Amino acid sequence: MKKLFVIIAAGLVTTSSLVAQDKYFTKSGRINFMSKATLENIDANHKSVTCVLDTKTGNMQFAVLMKGFEFEKALMQEHFNENYVESHKYPKAEFRGQVVNNPEINYTKEGIYPAKVKGTLTIHGETREVETTGNVVVKSGKLQAAAEFTILLSDYKIEIPKVVKDNISNTVRITIDCSLEPLKG
Amino acid sequence: MKKNSFLLVVMISFLVRLHAQDDLLSLVGEDKPKKEFVEYAFKSSRVIMSHSLEVIRPGVMDFRILHRFGNINGGAYEFFGLDNATMRMGFDFGLTRNLMIGIGRSTNKKELDGFAKYRLLHQAKQGGLPFSLLFAGGGSLTTLRNTDTTRKNYFSSRMGFYGQAIIGSKLSEGFTIQLMPTVVHRNLVPTVNDPNDMFAVGVGSRLKLSRRLSLNIDYYYRINPNEADGTKNPLSVGFDIETGGHVFQLHFTNAVGMNEKVFLTETTNDWTNGDIQFGFNISRSFQIKKKK
Repeated sequence: MKKLFVIIAAGLVTTSSLVAQDKYFTKSGRINFMSKATLENIDANHKSVTCVLDTKTGNMQFAVLMKGFEFEKALMQEHFNENYVESHKYPKAEFRGQVVNNPEINYTKEGIYPAKVKGTLTIHGETREVETTGNVVVKSGKLQAAAEFTILLSDYKIEIPKVVKDNISNTVRITIDCSLEPLKG
Repeated sequence: MKKNSFLLVVMISFLVRLHAQDDLLSLVGEDKPKKEFVEYAFKSSRVIMSHSLEVIRPGVMDFRILHRFGNINGGAYEFFGLDNATMRMGFDFGLTRNLMIGIGRSTNKKELDGFAKYRLLHQAKQGGLPFSLLFAGGGSLTTLRNTDTTRKNYFSSRMGFYGQAIIGSKLSEGFTIQLMPTVVHRNLVPTVNDPNDMFAVGVGSRLKLSRRLSLNIDYYYRINPNEADGTKNPLSVGFDIETGGHVFQLHFTNAVGMNEKVFLTETTNDWTNGDIQFGFNISRSFQIKKKK
């Protein structure tokens, strides 16, 4: 029996340490979202995006606190939280997916690699499939992950009232820029 | 036994790995709940007539037009009060996160008024205070010509002041309540029976009906009014409707005045007689200084 525990413990230690070495993360990633409309543009930035990438499997996950988006106009920020994304009900947005062409990226060799990412994005309590291509830059032990894609607000059941329909576009462009550091187990 | 334990190890390792891959985010630790200020207790910086728990944001100018029609019980001849109207036009400015100032002018008594409102304590979630505390203070100056020439008219006689504490809490996403202990000082009162310093306690509340619509109530109980002059406690009930850049506050009220001194000391209409007016406030925000 004693032996069994030793083996289990050894197993746990090796697996977890093995897993941890391949992971990169950040808690200060950046996301910008931009929606162009005839009357005015809606532009917001987030500076504390959490992102974790497992280079071994290509698994990639993001988490964003909706209240952290900063707008130029205070009223826009209020309306974003209160009326559109309802951040008190749905405080977080999440992406869970994979780097599809993970084997093609050599994380140990410096360079710029195109990355195709596919997964599910959850905003406002709604989950949709998204797919995009971006870049992974490997430089001095760090990874720089950048991507850009567009989503439709209507996909996530974010309603635009009729009176402001001309002011707000249904299409939102999302730009991601994260500098990932090795995650120490 | 050996075989079994080996299997177990494999299974556990597998599970651990699977789990790790499924939830990478948990590896870096869930975002710890941070202390987070409770915002948006009201749609606007006023409940209806009173200052609310909200302070407009720095760099924002709020242009406010307040309108009160005549008494509804004037009947069809007065078009249910719509033939008569008084208004106050005002500009409020957000200076810092916790400080705002404003000026305004009312047609009623050709009165100018100004105020400052400061948030001392801010309600917060996750280990913060369960309530907010603000202070508001202001003054008013009537610019009506002196009609009584039998006495010496001092300039100071035109002035009135008020001080107010606002204590309140956004108890839930949809419900906010606040109390407003208030003192109003009038340099000149109509009769010797009128107190120069009038004390009152107000209560203001908001019930959100939908994302863009709320029901608001605003009431003051006056502690030492002049019982003989027929003035009443002011009560306003109405809806806040938010449409993009505007907040419309549509309401019924017995208060004609649109600053603290007037609605606390000169409200003569009585709800029980049907002496109420329809009124609306329009608030339009302009970002005059952009955030960096």
